[in-house]
Amino acid sequence: MKIEMSTKARERLLYLISPIGLIIIWQVLLMVGIGDRRFVPAPSDIAQRFVKLAGNGELEWHVAVTLYRVVLGYIIGAVPAVAVGLLMAMFRPVRIFVDPLIAALFPIPKIALMPLLLLAFGFGDASKIALVAIAVFFPVVVNTYVGAANIETIYWDVAKNYGASQTVMFTRIVFFGALPTIFAGLRIALAVSFIVLVASEFVATKSGIGYLIWNSWELLQVDVMFVGIVTIGILGLITSVLFQEIERKAIPWKTE
Amino acid sequence: MAVERRGAAIDIVGLRKEYLSGPGRVVALDDINLRIAPGEFVCIVGPSGCGKSTLLRILAGLTVQTSGTIKVEASGWAVENAMVFQESGLFPWMSVEANVGFGLMTRGIPAKEAAARVEGALKLVGLTRFRRHYPHQLSGGMRQRSAIARAFVTDPGMLLMDEPLAALDAQNRVILQAELVRIWERTRKTVIYITHSIEEALLLGDRTVVMTAHPGRIKQIIDVPFARPRNLMTLSASPEFGRLKLDIWQVLEAEVTRARSDEENHS
Repeated sequence: MKIEMSTKARERLLYLISPIGLIIIWQVLLMVGIGDRRFVPAPSDIAQRFVKLAGNGELEWHVAVTLYRVVLGYIIGAVPAVAVGLLMAMFRPVRIFVDPLIAALFPIPKIALMPLLLLAFGFGDASKIALVAIAVFFPVVVNTYVGAANIETIYWDVAKNYGASQTVMFTRIVFFGALPTIFAGLRIALAVSFIVLVASEFVATKSGIGYLIWNSWELLQVDVMFVGIVTIGILGLITSVLFQEIERKAIPWKTE
Repeated sequence: MAVERRGAAIDIVGLRKEYLSGPGRVVALDDINLRIAPGEFVCIVGPSGCGKSTLLRILAGLTVQTSGTIKVEASGWAVENAMVFQESGLFPWMSVEANVGFGLMTRGIPAKEAAARVEGALKLVGLTRFRRHYPHQLSGGMRQRSAIARAFVTDPGMLLMDEPLAALDAQNRVILQAELVRIWERTRKTVIYITHSIEEALLLGDRTVVMTAHPGRIKQIIDVPFARPRNLMTLSASPEFGRLKLDIWQVLEAEVTRARSDEENHS
């Protein structure tokens, strides 16, 4: 029998084969006795633990805390980043003023700021949210600026010839012209926000997925640790898919 | 249909534009003098580098001249000028409707009035059905129609057109030329139309200005004697048309050859 498959279906299958294949190999290796299940639990062990932790609500609590910190930090970091990036593109003095700051601060590993933020904001959520916000700010501001600065000159000319004020220029031309690049920055920022947050949750907190991972490491509950790692992966996947949907709605003129 | 009012009057005197280019200065425009009557359709032809686009950009307020004056008398018109760009310059992030209404939005025209005027402009260019489309969903011809509608809707005293049909294929160009003439004959706005096609200049314009390159100067101004309303197809087949086309070509050819040998000597 000949199986007809569309390109899309084939691509989707290919998309699933790699992670599923990896899990199967992992499971089989441990079942035939290669590797120590105390240190490297099998996918089935992790799944069991996952269900148990989810059943008593513990996992959901950590997920909720982590998501709260990510979302809030992300918004607090991204919104001013877009504004600053657009202003940089529109006004030369702003660019000259801000450029060296970005050049100097962008390469600093943001997690290195954690002690400073603990001093400034204490051990509560605020310090983690601040860290996410700072980490998100840089990729978004740089992408926004690049996107806005590279808007084709004809659009500036048209806007000017048709009487656009500074405000119209900002809200109707520069912002939308930069939007595809802004979204590229926001997407990078999304991954970055999870990375720094989980790392920051390793210390100085009693909640969040990062805490779950670190705490289970200290207690040598390796399966719980893996539940935490897998959960972060799943969260990343879900937010990324969600993000793509938002992007498609926000940029309807973007051609595939 | 009677034309109640005519477009802006333009008086260009001693216009000069220099650019800094590396160590030296390039004279893009030199001693341009041109008087354009209200409602006149003037076409400018010339070899590349003759500064015809620069002239248009100065008129559009996108560049400032080095010296000389431009007087525009456009009282009674909502705006002084509106430009139609070579590659349409439609904003890809706006629907056709929003693009056409852009010049009304920027000038604070109430939404209701703007919508009615956009509707009228879309009807004029036959794009009512495509109002919600984005530019990338349109053909090149439709994009250029939208750009023309965007210019007309602001009710400008003069239209500045920078090779608006150059990017279209031959068939579409002919159709849009006819459409442009039809719209123009109803409104009689002053038009300054840049083209590299002598034929187009003769089909559309009342006068053809031939420019030279390096520096950009006016070489000759030719009156186009054809009566209006014009039928572009029969006109382009007439012997007078062919003769005039040849005349202008001979003027232009000498220029193009000279400009080319200039460039070769420079390099």
